[in-house]
Amino acid sequence: MWRFIALRLLQAIPVLLIVITVTFFLVRFAPGGPFSGEKAVIPEVKAALEAQYRLDQPLFSQYLAYLSDLAHGNFGPSFKYPGRSVNELIAAGFPATFELGLYALLIAVVLGMGAGILAALRPNTWSDYLPMSAAMIGICMPTLLLGPLLVLVFGLHLDWLPVSGWGNVPGDKLLPSLTLGAAYAAYVARLTRGGMLEVLSQDYIRTARAKGLPERTVILKHALRGGVIPVVAFLGPAFAGLLSGSFVVESVFQVPGLGRFFVQAAFNRDYTMILGSTIFFATLIVLFNLLSDVLAAWLNPRLRADLGGRR
Amino acid sequence: MRWNLLIGLFLLPLLCACSGGESRVVSGNREGILHMGNGTEPQELDPHAVTGVPEHNILLALFEGLVGKDPVTLAPVPGVAERWEISEDGRTYTFHLRHDAKWSNGDALTAEDFRWSWWRGLQPTLGNEYAYMLYPIKNAENYVTGKLDDFSQVGVKVLDDYTLEVQLNEPTTYFLQLLDHQSYFPVPRKILEQFGGVSARFSKWTRPGNMVSNGPFRLKEWKLYDRVAVEKNPHYWDAANVKLNGIVFYPTENTSTEERMFRSGQLHMTSSIPLDKIPAYRANHPDALRMNPYLGSYYFEVNITRPGLDDVRVRRALAMTVDRDTLINTVLQGVNFPAYAITPPGTSGYQPPQLFKFDPEGARKLLAEAGYPDGKGFPKIEILYNTNEGHRKIAVALQQMWKQYLNIDVGMVNQEWKVYLDNRDTHNYDIARAGWIGDYVDPNTFVGMWITGGGNNHTGWSNAQFDDLVLRRIPAMQTEEETLAGFHEAETILMESMPIIPVYTYSTKYLLDPAVKGLSANIMDFYSFKNVWLEPR
Repeated sequence: MWRFIALRLLQAIPVLLIVITVTFFLVRFAPGGPFSGEKAVIPEVKAALEAQYRLDQPLFSQYLAYLSDLAHGNFGPSFKYPGRSVNELIAAGFPATFELGLYALLIAVVLGMGAGILAALRPNTWSDYLPMSAAMIGICMPTLLLGPLLVLVFGLHLDWLPVSGWGNVPGDKLLPSLTLGAAYAAYVARLTRGGMLEVLSQDYIRTARAKGLPERTVILKHALRGGVIPVVAFLGPAFAGLLSGSFVVESVFQVPGLGRFFVQAAFNRDYTMILGSTIFFATLIVLFNLLSDVLAAWLNPRLRADLGGRR
Repeated sequence: MRWNLLIGLFLLPLLCACSGGESRVVSGNREGILHMGNGTEPQELDPHAVTGVPEHNILLALFEGLVGKDPVTLAPVPGVAERWEISEDGRTYTFHLRHDAKWSNGDALTAEDFRWSWWRGLQPTLGNEYAYMLYPIKNAENYVTGKLDDFSQVGVKVLDDYTLEVQLNEPTTYFLQLLDHQSYFPVPRKILEQFGGVSARFSKWTRPGNMVSNGPFRLKEWKLYDRVAVEKNPHYWDAANVKLNGIVFYPTENTSTEERMFRSGQLHMTSSIPLDKIPAYRANHPDALRMNPYLGSYYFEVNITRPGLDDVRVRRALAMTVDRDTLINTVLQGVNFPAYAITPPGTSGYQPPQLFKFDPEGARKLLAEAGYPDGKGFPKIEILYNTNEGHRKIAVALQQMWKQYLNIDVGMVNQEWKVYLDNRDTHNYDIARAGWIGDYVDPNTFVGMWITGGGNNHTGWSNAQFDDLVLRRIPAMQTEEETLAGFHEAETILMESMPIIPVYTYSTKYLLDPAVKGLSANIMDFYSFKNVWLEPR
């Protein structure tokens, strides 16, 4: 198992190097620069700004200098926020994004698995159609629409929950988490249903039932463990997706997270911020994929044996 | 079962949901704290490192220049300088600083602080994008562009601790107005040197705890992506007359969210309002809706090197078939004012020329004279705009009007902001939308940009007579009337050859809680926070 993890981490290095290199050159070839704006900047001032950010040097030596900074854990200064380093911007925004992603994931898992199990127990009846239709709507409805809709109903008309903010008043985390988690809950529901249906038709479930175990134990103890493997495999990429895709929810709910600034960095041509957050998210995605592979292996004895696990 | 417990524990903070409690507006009213939607996260709070409106708003609370502005008339009022004298030739200003002016840490504020701050703002290595605002000062331009090394040659001289003399290149009638622009604010030398922010942008001197300023408020909290809070500055010379105890600025770039925050009592005022919300507020809460003329113009630049557009008759025909009244009353919800020249009417007593009106008949005639009767043979041209729903609607309206009245087919291209800027800068367009907000209330800020090769003139238009007027004759003019007549003449030249198609004069539009008092409206959308107070009904 440790060898497997070490190997995967080693594989991540060239992946990240490619991400860094491609991003570095792509953003440079995009038209426009960090200092262009509605009002023209006088050439001398522009030159001074470029010199402060090494933009006056040849592109390739900028690239090498950036790699060397990176090796020291330094993402460099932000172009858009002159007094801030990219490290600082990421550190300031990530906690809220992480918390939001975590709650969204929990909502997705709890709602999704509940609905999925319910649907799988009585396939092709109303208790299947209802949660699965809801899931379909959940998948189709963009957060851009769902967020304001939830706010209108629960925030403004019923006045139960705050319309925006994060951690300022009790309950202000619920709507953003729900909005972000909804689509993922829908995926989880469909995956759970599929996984459960497959497992429930297996011999060992028949054996468990034949032994006279109560249905509750059969489902929650025997079937669920096998049935959630596809869900677990999905969770890693899902969490990475939640973290890097929270832009809309953060903007609609005024969440002080990294997502908003990740997207705006591209519009601002904030080269270092684009690079820094891309590398940061790429690393997270690699890590979460690895984590979910390890978790899936741990749940699946056959895979575990392949990986040389001892249990 | 353990899982359930764990999940329950995680979800607990989420489910403790009870909106109840008092809103920010209610608590703000009680505590004297103004909660304000401020557009975007401020880039910085260093007056020499920022150019945006959100930053400007915060800086207005934190700093004070030598001379301020009356929030209603925008006339100069004493700031750090309690009085000033202007020499006969209008080229020398002597400012007498008040003796009780202090920094927010209690240190005395002297004439040397201003001299040093302007020196810092003009450092060639600093990259101060607003350095050009100091150009009226003698030799300031030469210093920032590196033509002059010796700062003592620049027209700013400390006569004693409380007297500052400023030499100008030309008598600049609007000079006093510039003094409460951020580029003229004093910055604390001691603090900047301590945190290494003298000639570089990257500095921690503006962090809470480090930052020292000299305005009615001082920095209290800066939570990235969340808020900037300022509190009353007890060392401010006029602290007794500052009524608010603090202001909280929120980065609210999503205007729909901002409007919902206002509706639920989270904000006293917003930075903007979505256009489609205006009818509802007009009908139900007219007292919360604020709309005022704003010193800005919305126009289209015409690339006069393109075939077809190189003919002035074509450009005129295009301008004459933009039905501005209809456009404003439909697409723009009746918020703005039709424009027929680049300078907004009434800019410091100036009335721009109006050389044309909406006249489809006359336009068709002009187009026919240019060789395109009923639009026949007119080359295919495109309107370029940066991706934005509002700009798209206006471009569509123009496209339809030109089809309807001139029978010409015009395409539309939208581009992401920086791509659009790049194409405009390299003259790679036919007709491009543009907007210009005046830096100060004087026709110069609108007319002056059209000189040959001007950084903001992307049209390829050039006129020697115009250049001569703007660069040489007007600056040498002595009286206000003469100057305004000069600008009228220059703008007439500009609008006769029409390298631009003016569409409308901007308006500010935002929501304001009726509890907010003393926030006067003016065309600069300049907020004098020291005069604001909160008075709930």
